[in-house]
Amino acid sequence: MSTPYYVSPDQIWEDKKVFVDRGIEQAKEVVVLEYNNGLLMVAENPRRTIFKISEIYDRIALASTGRVSEYETLRVAGIREAEVKGYTYYREDVTGKWLTNLYSQHMSAIAQGWDVKPLEIELLVCEVDSSPGVSSQIYKITFDGTYEESEKFAVIGGRADAITQKLNDEYTEGLELADALQLASRAFESIEVEESEPYQITPETIEVSCLDVTSGRRKFRRFSVEEIAEIFNHAS
Amino acid sequence: MIKPHDYGTTDFLQILKNRAPESVADWDRFNGMRENFPHNFLEGTTVLALVYDTGVIIAGDRQATEGYQVGERRIQKVFKVDRHSAIAIAGVAGPCFETAKLFQVQVEFYEKMEGTSLSLDGQANYLSNLVRTNLGLAMQGLVVLPLFAGYDLRQRKGRIFKYDVLGGRYEEDSYYAIGSGGKDARTTLKKLFQPDMSQESALKAVIESLWDAADEDIATGGPDLIRKIFPTLTVITEEGVSDVSEETVEDMFHELVSRLEQK
Repeated sequence: MSTPYYVSPDQIWEDKKVFVDRGIEQAKEVVVLEYNNGLLMVAENPRRTIFKISEIYDRIALASTGRVSEYETLRVAGIREAEVKGYTYYREDVTGKWLTNLYSQHMSAIAQGWDVKPLEIELLVCEVDSSPGVSSQIYKITFDGTYEESEKFAVIGGRADAITQKLNDEYTEGLELADALQLASRAFESIEVEESEPYQITPETIEVSCLDVTSGRRKFRRFSVEEIAEIFNHAS
Repeated sequence: MIKPHDYGTTDFLQILKNRAPESVADWDRFNGMRENFPHNFLEGTTVLALVYDTGVIIAGDRQATEGYQVGERRIQKVFKVDRHSAIAIAGVAGPCFETAKLFQVQVEFYEKMEGTSLSLDGQANYLSNLVRTNLGLAMQGLVVLPLFAGYDLRQRKGRIFKYDVLGGRYEEDSYYAIGSGGKDARTTLKKLFQPDMSQESALKAVIESLWDAADEDIATGGPDLIRKIFPTLTVITEEGVSDVSEETVEDMFHELVSRLEQK
């Protein structure tokens, strides 16, 4: 009879963390920040049909980075669970906190599994209130299901720390939409400076959406390339 | 808990049946029991739709009856579905609202899943299926019938669809009205409809047909000038769905009344 080999839980956990970190290092960043009418979500993403930012339910959106197939499953699951809950009870009962818990439990269960690899993704569950004036919530969820609540802004992706640093320095409350978008693009540009060519964000290279508290029941809005260009023109 | 393998279908009704069966009515269980049940149910009455040059109007009165009594004075029968479509329902109120709600959720659900909105024809076809699921109910004499209208972004025009209880879907190219006062409303619309009419004259025609429906049919509610309850009129154009304000509807009824007084 062979002796079952022993690996310490510390070692297992460390290995998983290193594995996911390697995956996330490659992941493009998504910035979410509060502006005067809600939340602005910006991702460096030149693709026009594969999105990093999506509508989940009336007041809730999901920003994700990492492996597309993995976060796509969670996006779809989130929409379905939210619709079932909202249909069974009331639309307002579907909250960002609830969705965050749902994702967190799923990601944590997978991260703890013996025979599956942890998910190489990071998520931001973004939520605004149904009426203007009340602040918004951003929940950042990492591969092991841990989550934290952010105020005003949050960043996911490989170089999230550098961008967060930039936002810490430059973010102010009550930004107009155009100024918030400018700030997000400056933050993206700031992390690319080491490359030989000066890096410039254009409407074609980013994906921009917002949760606008002033719109009707569905707060989510995705901007087209033309609309993004238009917003850039309005920056002060 | 998320179970990724449960997420194969894009049909919200199927998902609901699996995940929350208590939210889905199973009318067939009550087959043949209707005649032993003496109570009347709340019923919605007249709804109509009319195509004009740049869009379509969908409207309904606000009354629901319970046998020979007024059951509700302020009921809403017209519901926005997506940016370019709306549904109006006549028949037994409970299942009517359920059908409208389910339909709206399904269309929005599709849009979020696919990242693009469901075509107007796609919406109209899906509604057929929903109407057919109420067949068991219809066979007990409890009919739920929708009228569906929208602006078709591909064909660039307003379109109207009517249904029968078997799920049959029929397109009307000018106007239609259903419900207890539907026939009366249709008679008026028939006289007033003109191809490519303006929004203003289309609204007037709708107001007049709602008035006539309320005049001829005891179940249909007219404008209630004392309680300030007025029929709802919803306009759908390329720009989207918008409700005509209550003040405008009130003014238009006053105008109609003074016109009728002069006759």
